[in-house]
Amino acid sequence: MSELLKFVEAEYNEVRAKFPSFRAGDTINVHVKIIEGNKERIQQFQGTVIQRKNPSTNGETFTVRKISNGIGVERIFPLLSPSIDKIELLREGKVRRARLYYLRGRQGKSAKIKEKIKHHKD
Amino acid sequence: MCLCPWWKFIIQHKMSGIIGKKVGMTSIFSADGRNVACTLIEAGPCVVTQVKNVDTDGYNAVQLAFGERKEKNTPKPLIGHFKKAGTTPKQKVVEFRDFRVEFEGQVNLGNTVKAEEVFVEGDFVDAIGTSKGKGFQGVVKRHGFGGVGGQTHGQHNRQRHPGSIGACSWPSRVFKGMRMAGRTGGDRVKVINLRVLKIYPEKNLLLVSGSVPGAKNSFVILEK
Repeated sequence: MSELLKFVEAEYNEVRAKFPSFRAGDTINVHVKIIEGNKERIQQFQGTVIQRKNPSTNGETFTVRKISNGIGVERIFPLLSPSIDKIELLREGKVRRARLYYLRGRQGKSAKIKEKIKHHKD
Repeated sequence: MCLCPWWKFIIQHKMSGIIGKKVGMTSIFSADGRNVACTLIEAGPCVVTQVKNVDTDGYNAVQLAFGERKEKNTPKPLIGHFKKAGTTPKQKVVEFRDFRVEFEGQVNLGNTVKAEEVFVEGDFVDAIGTSKGKGFQGVVKRHGFGGVGGQTHGQHNRQRHPGSIGACSWPSRVFKGMRMAGRTGGDRVKVINLRVLKIYPEKNLLLVSGSVPGAKNSFVILEK
């Protein structure tokens, strides 16, 4: 990317730094601002990240998948959108791909993602 | 019109504007939370290389130049033209008709014109560029024909063909201007009413909404 484009996109570095680093396979809770009339409220969407698209650009999005009343629901969020209030990283998953499309056809145990075991250095 | 060699570099325009270079595209979020696609343009600073007025030329205009050019690659008459304005040779020379009428008299030979002097945030501008060349293309890509529309019913190998190009014994010829295959792209294209979203005066950058014709690093003329 051109240096000048990087200079313009650097304006969103603050917004980007606000969020924890997460990747596909992680379980996150997204707090979304919703405006109803002139009232604003926060809605939460908790699920598994199945992909992050266009990383490190202004158009970066991520897809969160959850099972709601037995039906799979996916929601795509623009990372830098002002309507995203907060992102909580709840659980880091151990996966071998960047795009977890294989979760779509699966239910129950086979749709489970192993938790990443962190090895701390003492 | 004079047929001096440097005339071919000059394109005539109306109203004020500036010459720039397309840097690339990105997106920003507007105040109401919308993700707006936008183009970054390195606009100016341009040098005034000629000021025309009604007395000597029959109309009011300002000629701007932008983009560094090596002296060895510049025609001698053009070098003289730039020397008169006291600048180094430039790549792109554009004439803006009735340039900044409200400030007439402030634009003099050899002055530099910057993006922040011509535009303010929120302005609507027109962008002119040369679209990307696509080479020899068929009618489906070039004119948006629908093609034949099927692969069955005896259809053999003419899925993207134009079909009939006219009637029979009358007129016994093909009308002029019939849309056919040919060289596509590489045309001068004007896109109107792009909004100036942001100006970065320290780097001479303009962020305009939407897309602008042409490849990266190609010249763009912005008019107000």
